[in-house]
Amino acid sequence: MTWPSRRAPQAAAPVGTVTVGGIDPGPPSDEDLPISLYSSHRPRFRGRAGTAASTVSTLVVIGGLVALIASPAAGSFRNGFLNIHQMWIALAGDPSRGILSVGKGFVLNIWLSLLCEVIVLVLALGVASLRLTRGPVLLPFRALAIAYTDFARGVPVILVMLWVGFGAPSLGIKEISTQSPVVYAGFVLVFSYSAYVAEVYRAGLLSVPRAQIQAARSLGLSSRTTLYRVVLPQAVRNVLPALLNDFTSLQKDTAIVSTLGVAEAVHSAQIAGGVEFNYSGFTVASILFLLITIPLTRYTDRIMNKDRNRRLAGTTA
Amino acid sequence: MTVDERPGRVSNATPAPDPASPGSGPASPGRAPATSERSNRRAKDDLDRLPVLRATGVHKSFGPLEVLKGVELTMATHDVVCLIGSSGSGKSTLLRCCNLLERIDAGTIELFGHDLADERVNEDLVRRHTGMVFQSFNLFPHLRVLDNVTLAPRRVLGVDRGAAEARAKELLERIGLADKAHEYPDRLSGGQQQRVAIVRSLAMEPRLLLLDEVTSALDPELVAEVLDLVGELAHQGMTMLIATHEMGFAREVADTVCFLEGGRIVESGPPERIFGDPTEPATRRFLQRIIDAGRL
Ligand SMILES: Nc1ncnc2c1ncn2[C@@H]1O[C@H](COP(=O)(O)OP(=O)(O)O)[C@@H](O)[C@H]1O
Ligand SMILES: [Mg+2]
Repeated sequence: MTWPSRRAPQAAAPVGTVTVGGIDPGPPSDEDLPISLYSSHRPRFRGRAGTAASTVSTLVVIGGLVALIASPAAGSFRNGFLNIHQMWIALAGDPSRGILSVGKGFVLNIWLSLLCEVIVLVLALGVASLRLTRGPVLLPFRALAIAYTDFARGVPVILVMLWVGFGAPSLGIKEISTQSPVVYAGFVLVFSYSAYVAEVYRAGLLSVPRAQIQAARSLGLSSRTTLYRVVLPQAVRNVLPALLNDFTSLQKDTAIVSTLGVAEAVHSAQIAGGVEFNYSGFTVASILFLLITIPLTRYTDRIMNKDRNRRLAGTTA
Repeated sequence: MTVDERPGRVSNATPAPDPASPGSGPASPGRAPATSERSNRRAKDDLDRLPVLRATGVHKSFGPLEVLKGVELTMATHDVVCLIGSSGSGKSTLLRCCNLLERIDAGTIELFGHDLADERVNEDLVRRHTGMVFQSFNLFPHLRVLDNVTLAPRRVLGVDRGAAEARAKELLERIGLADKAHEYPDRLSGGQQQRVAIVRSLAMEPRLLLLDEVTSALDPELVAEVLDLVGELAHQGMTMLIATHEMGFAREVADTVCFLEGGRIVESGPPERIFGDPTEPATRRFLQRIIDAGRL
């Protein structure tokens, strides 16, 4: 069997052709070469042209946004959400008219998120460790830990919040029913987030090679010391971005506490909005949250990149 | 290779256990610390007479796969025993049974006179006195070289930081890596990492060192620096059980070479005999394969 020639039929160019009229044909044009490597697009902006291009595009985008907000059609939006005077009232509060300070409320959000995060970090580690135990004796605990993480991650936080916030006071058990809503709120946040963070920890613990554990045990380190000095530091380092992400979420979800009437930032903004028929308070609360969460997410990204570089650099043998 | 002759090993290169330091004295857990010089020496002499390791009829299976089918092996203090055998013959498994990373199914392994199956034997104590170095180094990547070396002395023996670091620096100095003390392991070459791993084991002053193909993961040009260190340890009298594919090294450094095949030690003896005039056909076949591969 003969294969068809893979050589494209070429225009016969007899050897030693003399250029007619002494005109140098110059370098072959793209069409003359068998494979084209020329871009069919226009060349990208490079160097100073690139800087100029990015400046122009930035100005266009910002200008567009400003024009949108400043346009007469957006007047009611400006007045309802971006009213500087109203924003100030909401931020500072006005006790004489029952307007709570969003700023003061936000202090509660921060405080609550920090306290909850600390408890979550400890509890979640316990849950994750339980899930990773082996042996028949601990089976019921393992099952319990799995049931808990499935449940707590499967139900919306706001539902648990309503459930506990309104259910617990109606139980009629003194120790449980007479707690302040802040306590209920803290309990719910810890309950929900411990499940998420436990799963993050578990992924981290599983990411540490077993050879590391064997090396540690071979040196005579106890299982406890191995966990705390060898496994956990590596596990946490491997999942630090995920832990920070969950912390950012927890920080934001303190807003759900508003459903229980706790005077935190969002609830205070709601009150201000109700009294003034103006929603600039919500803008204030949003800005406050962003002031915390944006640096946090930037930081998370940085860690993630550093971590990725470290991994990609690899080890040499 | 620099260690081709071993004129009279320094017999007390492995220092006698210091009764003041917690957890030393492997053969005498619970024994009151010897107070007089004489009783101290007597305890050490006892220890030297005992076999460091005695394996009899060791069987080990992983599920249906029986890896060890009656291994017999005895090692005295200062012995250097090389385990050779093809990949999958159970060398690693045997080593791992000796420091209880694996439990055997039948037979006995005695370490420093203690039956490892005895339920009073504490596996952490076994490992404290038995160093193990792995093919893949397994340095702790989150700790600097110095902290890799001091971790166990500090956390297991309770040595204070200053003393542990001084000792670690001394050891690193000896392998020429003092300047890397504050680097993380991934900044070191494989050969350097493996030497740090060996030093990390040495920092616990083990009475027995288990080396599991410590050069198999290294680029060829890095093998020598690690083998030189192991040879030096042998020269100083360290008791070592070494699984290796480096036949030239085994020939130079071993007192006894054991050929492992089919779950048993088929043949063992001094390196000159095993490599020069093996009696078992299986050993001959194995060595022929090694020669054909150009590795002897
Ligand atoms: N933990 C384990 N589980 C199941 N099989 C194993 C395990 N460890 C080793 N083996 C098997 O036991 C045999 C011997 O392995 P190994 O001791 O590592 O051999 P060597 O070190 O001589 O190459 C191999 O077939 C290996 O697959
Ligand atoms: Mg092996």
